[in-house]
Amino acid sequence: MTADSEIVIDVRGLTKSFDGRVVVRDVSMQVRRGAIYGFLGPNGSGKTTTIRMLCGLLTPDEGAGTCLGYDIRTQADRIKRHVGYMTQRFSLYQDLSVRENLEFIARLYDVPAPVKTAAAMVRRLGLTGREDQLAGALSGGWKQRLALGACTLPNPQLLLLDEPTAGVDPKARREFWNEIHELAADGLTVLVSTHYMDEAERCHAIAYIAYGELLTQGSVAEVIEQSALHTYTVSGDDLNGVLHELGATPGIDMAAPFGASLHVSGRDAAALERAIAPFRKRKGLRWQRAEPSLEDVFIDLMARAKDNFQ
Amino acid sequence: MKLAARFTVPGFWLRTRAMLVKEFIQLRRDRVSFAMIIMIPLMQLVLFGYAINTTPRNLPTAVLMQESSDLGRSVLKALENTRYFRMVAQVHDEEAFDRLLASGEVLFAIEIPRGFERAVRRGERPTLLVAADATDPVAAGSALGALTQLVQTALQNDRALPDAGKLPFEIRQHARYNPAAVTALNIVPGLVGTILTMTMLIFTALSVTREVERGTMESLLAMPITPLEIMLGKIVPYIIVGFLQAALIIGTGMALFSVPVIGSLWLLGALSTLFIAANLAIGYSFSTVAQNQLQAVQMTMMFFLPNILLSGFMFPFAGMPAWAQWIGEFLPLTHYIRIVRAIMLKGSTLADVQYDAIALAGLMLVAMTIAVSRFRRTLD
Repeated sequence: MTADSEIVIDVRGLTKSFDGRVVVRDVSMQVRRGAIYGFLGPNGSGKTTTIRMLCGLLTPDEGAGTCLGYDIRTQADRIKRHVGYMTQRFSLYQDLSVRENLEFIARLYDVPAPVKTAAAMVRRLGLTGREDQLAGALSGGWKQRLALGACTLPNPQLLLLDEPTAGVDPKARREFWNEIHELAADGLTVLVSTHYMDEAERCHAIAYIAYGELLTQGSVAEVIEQSALHTYTVSGDDLNGVLHELGATPGIDMAAPFGASLHVSGRDAAALERAIAPFRKRKGLRWQRAEPSLEDVFIDLMARAKDNFQ
Repeated sequence: MKLAARFTVPGFWLRTRAMLVKEFIQLRRDRVSFAMIIMIPLMQLVLFGYAINTTPRNLPTAVLMQESSDLGRSVLKALENTRYFRMVAQVHDEEAFDRLLASGEVLFAIEIPRGFERAVRRGERPTLLVAADATDPVAAGSALGALTQLVQTALQNDRALPDAGKLPFEIRQHARYNPAAVTALNIVPGLVGTILTMTMLIFTALSVTREVERGTMESLLAMPITPLEIMLGKIVPYIIVGFLQAALIIGTGMALFSVPVIGSLWLLGALSTLFIAANLAIGYSFSTVAQNQLQAVQMTMMFFLPNILLSGFMFPFAGMPAWAQWIGEFLPLTHYIRIVRAIMLKGSTLADVQYDAIALAGLMLVAMTIAVSRFRRTLD
């Protein structure tokens, strides 16, 4: 582990199917040490399956690679020692107390002084005074924080977080992300799956997966640029009626309401201009060029992927 | 009147029917429940109909012939003709005679004394000893009950005997180990095994499926712990629980029903631990196969039923047909019931019960191997 040690996850061509249905197809990715890598995609797109292949919970049908320098096919046991995996579903013991859960994990990883380590984690999480409460009795936000604490307790080098903030309120979500950034600043690499766009923008790099295919990856700016999508925002009266008309116009690939305005996008700039020309003359509508949002890009990617694979 | 409309009679039937249709669909999807609906009655019918026999025949019997005489042979023949006894061993000294009974290899042992024929001819009414293992009063009882009458009928036309209204010799019955045929003496040791089987199976059968159902298994698998470590960690606490349970049953049995423990308590403790571990391993292997906790409980029930019926707990083992005895040999309870009755009531030693002890250990190892190999290390 010399120069390459800066690359923590390095996999090529990962493919996995269940009962003949391909769930992940030819996924390759590289994640640098200390990066927060956002893994985005709709439900059922293969995010969880990919994460499970990275930590040895699933064996890929095809493809290979390393995680922390260990082969994901043959060295899953080594990987498990240095990876913290937070499952989508709360997976601590609901009928154990906060402290008992943390001590159990500390002992499984053979952490020296498990009782002290668990107590330190309780303080760090701000759960002092509630360490004897059952984990199942905590609120959703606290459960997520506790689960994150449990993952980081054995000092892993890589965190795999599978939709850690699903169903958590905005304040708890923000605190959660602050914590992730602090961990990354300490040199921990974090791969986090989500389908919240605002969370994607908090990541150093993102990858977008849909229908099992990795469609794009890079920084948020790079992803938007790569999309080559041209977008206008429209505001004015009777936007709902306009939306329906726009949606049926060739040359417009996407039209969607965003609050008091519409985002209208097309892949071909000339075709888009031709298509909206009649609408621009309408009274009461204001047209403005805009950067496509990350969501525009992803919805477009998904629509294109659907054309290709479904 | 919207509210009133909601409680009309057609509405009642519609909603009930909707619920009923939903239940049928779910039942059809649940293969194990479906299998249970079919298997439990079939299993009960076959076992009760073919395997269980409360007046068992062909019971294994040993013979100690102190003399070789025509009369002795015809008496044995007559005993065999009653179809209650099946001569499986000929022994030549009393030590072997006692050992066969103590080890449970035979349920009866018949001694024809030296000078038997001569004493009969002289009209001295000598004694023919029929010793029975009465740890199971049902098995021994019906044969002993009918003995004198049957032998008399069988020997009626035997020329070797002087004619007489009654038998020219006395059959002395010796119901060993439980002379008063107290049911509690038979039931309490059997209950130790039955209760342990039920509770131990359930505990571990649920252990893995519970983790899978609650979602904790996924993160457990992602942590550095091996299947063997998980299994041992889950089994050992229940060995202690099972041990306490066994102590409770035996202690209460001693206090309330004066059930003796003639043999070594240490041996009983050691072999009980083996039996507990075997059941835990079997329960654990169920839990690696079952999809959910309900299935695990159903599997336990399906396994428990033959244990109760074929182990010799309720019905005499020796009275069952060969195929049922074969199945019984693969159930840990069969071996444990022999062990626990032998140690508590007969004072048997390890040498007497070694076959059953080895069988228990073997069954435990098979179950553990299945459990560890069936345990999925990945979610594939």
